[in-house]
Amino acid sequence: MKRNLRAVLSRAGHEAAKPRTMAHPYTLWMAAFVVVPIILIAAFAFTSPDGGFTLRNYASMGKFLSVFLRSFWLAFLSTVICLILGYPIAYIFARFSGRWQKVMMMLIMLPMWMNFLLRTYAWKAILETRSGLLNRFLDLLGVAPLHIMDTPAAVVIGMVYNFLPFMILPIYSVIVKLDRSVIEAAQDLGAAPRGVFRRVVLPLSLPGVLSGITMVFVPAVSTFVISKILGGSTNILLGDLIEMQFLGSAYNPHLGSAIALVMMVVVMIFMYVMNRFGDGEEQAVMM
Amino acid sequence: MTGKVRLQGKLYTALILLFLYAPIFVMITFSFNASKSHTVWAGVTLDWYRELFSDKLILKAFYTTIAVSVISAAFATLVGTCAAVGLSNMRRRWRTPLLFVNNIPLINADIITGIAMCLLFVFLGGFLKFKRGFGTLLVAHITFNIPYVILSVMPKLRQLDDNLVDAAMDLGCTWQRAFRKVMLPEIMPGIVNGALIAFTMSIDDFVISYFTAGSKTQTLSMAVYAMTRKRISPEINALSTILFVSVLILLLIINIREIRQEEKQKKLLKIGGKI
Repeated sequence: MKRNLRAVLSRAGHEAAKPRTMAHPYTLWMAAFVVVPIILIAAFAFTSPDGGFTLRNYASMGKFLSVFLRSFWLAFLSTVICLILGYPIAYIFARFSGRWQKVMMMLIMLPMWMNFLLRTYAWKAILETRSGLLNRFLDLLGVAPLHIMDTPAAVVIGMVYNFLPFMILPIYSVIVKLDRSVIEAAQDLGAAPRGVFRRVVLPLSLPGVLSGITMVFVPAVSTFVISKILGGSTNILLGDLIEMQFLGSAYNPHLGSAIALVMMVVVMIFMYVMNRFGDGEEQAVMM
Repeated sequence: MTGKVRLQGKLYTALILLFLYAPIFVMITFSFNASKSHTVWAGVTLDWYRELFSDKLILKAFYTTIAVSVISAAFATLVGTCAAVGLSNMRRRWRTPLLFVNNIPLINADIITGIAMCLLFVFLGGFLKFKRGFGTLLVAHITFNIPYVILSVMPKLRQLDDNLVDAAMDLGCTWQRAFRKVMLPEIMPGIVNGALIAFTMSIDDFVISYFTAGSKTQTLSMAVYAMTRKRISPEINALSTILFVSVLILLLIINIREIRQEEKQKKLLKIGGKI
């Protein structure tokens, strides 16, 4: 009887305490290495090197306005191009037969598994003005050489190249799950192919589009590698600016944190607006 | 959604794939180029491969990358799996904020995660007298790997029937034993998947490593970045070719395994149908 009781008690103890305590190491780890560092960014952003509170970091941000505008403009442009190129591909892939879909997905993911620095660097060989492969090909056709390297256009090409799979994959995964009978119903009710696409497929694939847009926009607006390799010295972006304050010539983590904080806030507002917009659309579809 | 793909669709697919693979083919081709130029062809050579394997800097960076990826993936898998089990047993009031924190490294741009941890390490290093190096690099990798493990284990836990664990305990198992014998085998696919994702994320990472590794430790990505900034050597192309081929082989193995498993399942289903 006594032994039985002990077994029951220990079982109760196990059930109540054991499983939950398993998350404790994780909780501590995330607090120390995720939450505290984010608080540090905020703390550094509002202090000066001697430790006092200051807003000077933001006062000096005006001279970086052009960098802010360039970053958001190029990231916006890349996102739009990724959407225009990626949506049809996702749609076409979803129509392939099962085995081909797998092959196509593998072909899209394979480059992503390779070091993105190496892939970006390879564009240099293609785009270079004097001896680049593209211009030598154009020369054969008798077309005047294009000056792309070290311009914003090269940065956009690099971004689209690197982030296009991030647009294709989420859209594909939504379209591939669309219920075929919904489309057939639209056809039976007399919708033309264009109408089926515009009024059924497109609205239903919107969640994929929205997550694709964030997955492209966030890394594009914060990159510093692509602009450094393909953009030359005149096309610096926000990422370059932040990197310079931490590891580069202009060491000033306080200013760097302030810039990072502003970027983070703008991106968060952007994502919030996107999600609101998405919710609205979904409701419209439901009705 | 499957249906006919017209010729235009196939052509368009080919064009996009050309866009995605053009730089990779350029790299592979010029890794065999006899001249140092990465645009003018001058005959076939294997010199760059030879030089690559005698380049101490690159080899050291390669070992660092493998070490940090393996250790961080293993540790993150352990912590993440335990956390997922713990979280799924928690009351919602506690679980929701913890899962929100879990999403922070996933949503934030890499550069934000990188500089945030850079600040922490510099700040702590001032007090505790340490410098950024392999240790801080490892901590950073574990930190951004844990969320991926949790995200791939949680769904498996949700699918798990709670009654199974209860039944095991009613039959006399302690909780630990029930966990080991019943729960763990059920969620194993999620754990393996999480470990694989964590490993590839580690291998692929550049930005976070760049801010947390300090000046003495270098991962392969960092070595490549340093190369693109300073001297430009076709060794880079040789390295990419090797990486590309190994990833290709790895993916083929995974896919073939998947197809085999599917066939096995089909067979089992057939047998099950007969019974």
